[in-house]
Amino acid sequence: MHELPVTEGILNVALEAAQQNGARRIMAIDLVIGELAGIVDDSVQFYFDILSKDTIAEGAVLRFRREQAAANCGDCGHQFPVEVPLTAVCPVCGGNRLRVSGGREFFIESIEVEDEDSGSEGDSERERSGGG
Amino acid sequence: MKIPVVKEILSANDQVAAENRVAFDAAGVLVLNLMASPGAGKTSLILSTVDQLPEEVRPGVIEGDLASTIDADTVAARGIPVVQINTGGSCHLDAPMIRIALPNLPLDEMDLLFIENVGNLVCTADFALGADLAVVVASAPEGHDKPYKYPGMFASADAVVLNKADLLEVFEFDVDYFRRGLEMLNPGVPLFVVSCRTGDGIKEWVAWLLSCLH
Repeated sequence: MHELPVTEGILNVALEAAQQNGARRIMAIDLVIGELAGIVDDSVQFYFDILSKDTIAEGAVLRFRREQAAANCGDCGHQFPVEVPLTAVCPVCGGNRLRVSGGREFFIESIEVEDEDSGSEGDSERERSGGG
Repeated sequence: MKIPVVKEILSANDQVAAENRVAFDAAGVLVLNLMASPGAGKTSLILSTVDQLPEEVRPGVIEGDLASTIDADTVAARGIPVVQINTGGSCHLDAPMIRIALPNLPLDEMDLLFIENVGNLVCTADFALGADLAVVVASAPEGHDKPYKYPGMFASADAVVLNKADLLEVFEFDVDYFRRGLEMLNPGVPLFVVSCRTGDGIKEWVAWLLSCLH
């Protein structure tokens, strides 16, 4: 159930960004999601395909960039990536004073759009269509 | 063509949460977002806490639940102002739900507002409500591995209450292991080991809470 409101958030942020840039169609959405954020990629794409129907984001591909979480050992200083469930001990020295950081990212980095409706900058060689 | 966005996915919720926070601050209310698994003892902790509050600290409660009014009825029976939010199947409260509930709460007549979130150790952590403090309630029967399995929840907590301490031995609950898991994610987060049944540890928890009021 968690993925549904998350997907609504993704769609709304993407549509807003597309509108602000006069884009006609969203081809892809680049997401940055931390390993500890508890989001299932396939599930989000599934909801997205339903929610985006009849919007300019219909058919867009969600591209997930996963950011790892890292543990730092307070005893030997070893740093290593961790996943859920987290380990309680350092694999190098066996110490149990670990600190976990990162892996909680949860944002849209960029969207890829088909075209611009009205000119901002560049695109001079591109044929202008009437739009709408 | 690529358009850079760099915007939090739940920014719309965060925006409403910030507005809720302004309303709470204006009324001078300290707000707790209580999160836990189903059955950890969120309602029990609210009742045990209210019992120990000095008279001048006036409590209020928002009860989030999938469908029932059982918890709200329990709280109301103690004479505490309570508003029920039925999420209609949604697994967490969100900031707009709180905003809708606000007009039904006499904020000016309270100092401490408990928001009891839906029982869930995953989603609730991601949806800001506008509360001052995120408090996670764990309990002995759930086992001592919860911080390792649900890091997001424990990493963002301002305090953790470990309830049902009278059952720690029965469930072979290793408090040190649990505490190390918390320290990994959230160094220095206060941990209160309590039993709402026996009253053990409640005084320390309430003293900390009152210290946050000022």
